This record gives sequence, structure tokens and C-alpha cells, in this order.
Amino acid sequence: MSKNLIEVEGLKKYFNVGKGRVLKAVDNINFTIREGETLGMVGESGCGKTTAGRTVLRLYEPTAGSVKYNGVDIFKLPTGKMKAMRRDMQMIFQDPYASLNPRFTVQDIIGEALDIHGMAGSRAERKKRIEELLDMVGLNHDHATRYPHEFSGGQRQRIGIARSLAVNPKFIVCDEPISALDVSIQAQVVNLLKELQDRLGLTYLFIAHDLSMVKHISDRVAVMYLGKMVELAESEELYANPLHPYTKSLLSAIPIPDPEVEVNKKRIILHDELGTPIYSQNEETDQAETQLIEVSKGHFVAKAFA
Amino acid sequence: MASDHNMNLKPEDFLKIGVDEKEAEVIQRESLSAWQDSWQRLRQNKMAMTALVILGLIVLAALIGPLFSKFNYYSNDLLHTNKPPSSDHWFGTDDLGRDIFVRTWYGARISLLVGLAAAAIDLLIGVIYGGIMGYFGGRVDNIMNKVSEILYSIPYLLVVILLLVVLEPSLGTIILALTITGWITMAWIVRGEIMQLKNREFVLASRSMGAGSARLLFRHLLPNAVGPIIVTITLSVPNAIFAEAFLSFLGLGVQAPIASLGSMINDSLTGWLYYPWRFLFPAVLISLTMLSFNIFGDGLRDALDPKLKK
Repeated sequence: MSKNLIEVEGLKKYFNVGKGRVLKAVDNINFTIREGETLGMVGESGCGKTTAGRTVLRLYEPTAGSVKYNGVDIFKLPTGKMKAMRRDMQMIFQDPYASLNPRFTVQDIIGEALDIHGMAGSRAERKKRIEELLDMVGLNHDHATRYPHEFSGGQRQRIGIARSLAVNPKFIVCDEPISALDVSIQAQVVNLLKELQDRLGLTYLFIAHDLSMVKHISDRVAVMYLGKMVELAESEELYANPLHPYTKSLLSAIPIPDPEVEVNKKRIILHDELGTPIYSQNEETDQAETQLIEVSKGHFVAKAFA
Repeated sequence: MASDHNMNLKPEDFLKIGVDEKEAEVIQRESLSAWQDSWQRLRQNKMAMTALVILGLIVLAALIGPLFSKFNYYSNDLLHTNKPPSSDHWFGTDDLGRDIFVRTWYGARISLLVGLAAAAIDLLIGVIYGGIMGYFGGRVDNIMNKVSEILYSIPYLLVVILLLVVLEPSLGTIILALTITGWITMAWIVRGEIMQLKNREFVLASRSMGAGSARLLFRHLLPNAVGPIIVTITLSVPNAIFAEAFLSFLGLGVQAPIASLGSMINDSLTGWLYYPWRFLFPAVLISLTMLSFNIFGDGLRDALDPKLKK
């Protein structure tokens, strides 16, 4: 088994929502990602997936906890070292329309990271690297001088992927990279991500709310609910044997392309049995909700439901 | 069904024309930057283009108009006072026998100068102040915003008149008086734009690559706020021109013999029923200038807004 590339311990990110209340968007989550692995992260809108992904990359300063990359706690790094660290950790964004600067040409979008880190010595070298990246994601060289508004959603997402690959990262947080695309394009982008992973030995944290797509791409899947990580297991195990009521409910919502099965399928619907992520200022979260217990090998579930 | 016997198609009957994947990625449309795109939309707006041409002509006339006349703006000719337009004095003369043609264009030059200088200073202060408010947000924004609100709540005319009374009346004083509160609107516009833009994903993407504040502000945030900034300028130039005319009309503006459109209108009031040309030429010119700036600014706003793209 390969070593852990990412180790997240007790990560918390709270937002002050006024009137003495805090929103615990990420509440004491723990997980590791092995080198070359894809960890899927699923949960409904607003459950803290995106916040977790951004905090792991230190785009948000955490309330507490640590994220270790190759054993180095990135929250303790000074600005200069953190900047260098950003070459190893990159992000692919959800909305391909909002994530590209409309005033930049494609070559400036992809080349920006090269400029920031001084990775291209000369103009020719920069151009060569940009063309290499365009090839990698299946775009043409003459796209380099065009502007984002001239591209389709799938093409834009590939530009975003090329941008994140420019600095040769080892770890990429994919923040719902396919949820804004239509289904035919989704497969194209997911396959591109898998292919790049094999070729470049990338490690992914793949955030999504589409369970079938997550199963397809992930080695292990973590389920988040109301800011807490409630279950974590190998993909097959999680889908075959869900333990947490939220996971069960989530899995029961996957549509099955067979009308007879679909009509007899029983949906499990939760009625807020698990409360809300908004707490008053000094209120502690119940440990049993955030602490994960290993119930079988590699299958973790929140202590309250073990 | 009648057509059934016609439909015995076999797979061999279909010819696969295929799609070359590389070919599918080719974009046919001519590559246009956001600026070129806006310019094309602006060009289709006839009103705005007419206003632009008129503005160009006014600026040109203000610069070179006086050269075509043998008179200057300050010499009196007491033998020819209050003369109506003639082949000698194209716009007539005023009560001191000064040539109104020359004085009108000279006044337009002063008015445009005041308008452009005031707008430029508004731009400089407004963008810096608003940029800081929007970018840093939180407590910095709170305090700076309160300061600007307090400044804005002081009656504008009071400040201006006080300033002009205390300081020596000159062109510089007028520009100072106009900009002392004029930049606030610009600062608010910039603040709003930056606040909205800084949470966009492309800014986050740049941060995730390790970009610093300067790069974010000057490469990502401000260039994307340029549209509203330009529109605000084109609408604040006529405001400054009008404010200068208004102050000159009250006698607080430029001092004789320097002419501005406002002071010329003020001078003409004593006998405007008898000598309407003294009043008409500067009044029409100032109206035309302001109308053109406003129409052009409106057209520019439409052209720069990509949501109106057809």
C-alpha cells in the first residue's frame, strides 16, 4: 500500500453568522488520502463539501485542525513556503463559466501559474508548455489566443483542467468539476481526469453530489452531512453496505433505469433527525456525531450510528 | 402503416460520415476580445455614435476654433458693443465688445478642461479608495465606508461655496471644489464591483496558484470592473461641466477676463431679451455637450454589458 499523501486531522471551519451563532461548515473531519488514490466526497448542497475542499488547500484559514501534505502541516507554513507549496496542490472548479477570467486569453489563463512561479524562462518556453497542456486536455493550439466566452462548457472545463496542471501538481481537489456540464460532456471530462491520473500519477479529492459518477471514479468515498463526515469506506463497500441513515437515504435516491424496479423502490426520507449545523457561540458538538469508528476493515461510520 | 414497406433499411444503408474529433473543436467565429466585442456593439448604436461625433467636433472646435478668428478672448472694443452676429463677429459681441465666437470656444475649452480634470481626479481617488474598501472588506471597509458616507451627507454646495470663498478663486480651486466630494460615487461603484468580483471563482483560482494581492487587484479585479468605471466617468464629466457652469453663473467660478460657458451666460443675463445671441451660443453649446456626454455614456453602458449581447 502506498503512503498517505494527505492527512486531515480535526479540521474545523466555522463561519460567524451573527447574533452569537456560528455555522459549523466543516466540523471536526478526519481523513487521509493515499498517493495516487481518488477519494470521493459526497453530500447534499450546503453540507460543507466545497468549504472542506477549499480549506484543505488553505484557500480558507481553518478554525482548528491540521492538513498535512507529505507530513508537512500546510497551515503552519509562512507565506513564501505556502506559495511554493501551491505548486503541488491545485484545484479544479465547479463552474466553468465563473472560473475563467473573461478578460484573459486562454494562454494567459493557463500561463498565469507559470508566470507566478517563474516556471517559464522565455516566451518560447512558455508557449511550448501551454501547447503541451492544451494537447493534454484535447484542445487545439490555435485556441490559445481565444477568449473564454468563445468556448462551450466542456471546453472551458478542460481549459480549467489545463490551468491546474500547468504547475505539475501532485494533488488536485476537484470541486464538482462536472456538475455544471450536461451528461454527455460529464463522461468526457471524467474520463479525461482518470486518464490524466494514470498518466501523471495524480491524487484526487473528488467532490460531487452525483453518487453514480463518484462510484465510477473513486477508490473510497466519504459522506458529508451538515458539516460532519458521517461515513467513509471503500466505494463498493459503501454502496453495498451503508450504515449511516443519511448514506442510506442518499443511496436510495439514486434513480434506477428500470421503471419496474424504480416504482417499487422504497425511498428513505430523513426528517431532520440530525439537527442543524448552526450552533450558539460556545456550544460544543456532540463527540458521538463527529468521531468515526471503524466497524469493519476500512469502513468508518460516526460513533452515534456504529 | 403505409410507409412500412419503404422502411426496410439495413445497417449497410447508412453511411457513416463521422466527425473528426479535432475538427469538432475548431471555432469558426472570428476571435474578438471583450473590447472589440463592445466596440462592435457600440458602433451599431446610431445615437451613441452621433453623440461621439458631436463630442469630437466640440473638442476639435474648442482646440482650434479661436485660431480661425482675428480676435482674441480678452480685447475690448468699445465702439462695437452688443453687436449681433455679422461677417466680422460670427457670433456677435458682448457688452465690452469682445468677440463671442472666440469666447464661446475658449469657454468650452475651460469647461472641458474642468470636466476632464475633475473626472480624472475622481477616477484616481475613487478607484484607490473604493478598491481598498472592496478588496479588504470587513472592518476596513466599515470605517472607510462610514467616512465617505459622512462626507457625502454634508451639503455639497455649502462645501464648495465655503472653499471658493476661503481659497483664491482660480481654475485649480474650482477643480478642487468639484472633486472634494465628487470621488465618492466612483469609490462606491468600484467597491461594489470589487466585492462582487472577489468571490468569483477565477479570483479564487488565481489565489490557489499563489497570486498575491497586487496581482489579484490589478490583473483580475480592476480590469473586470473597467466597464462600470468608464461609464461612471462619461457620466461624471458632464456633471463637472455643469457644476462649473453653475458656479461661474453664481459668480464663484473663473474670474474675468477668462471665459467659461457659465460666466458668459451670467454676463449675458443683463440684457438677454435685447441681445439674445450673447446668451444663446454658450447655452446651446453647454446643452449640446452635456446631452452628447449623457447619450454616449448610456450607449457605452449598453455596449459594455455582455448580457445585452445579441
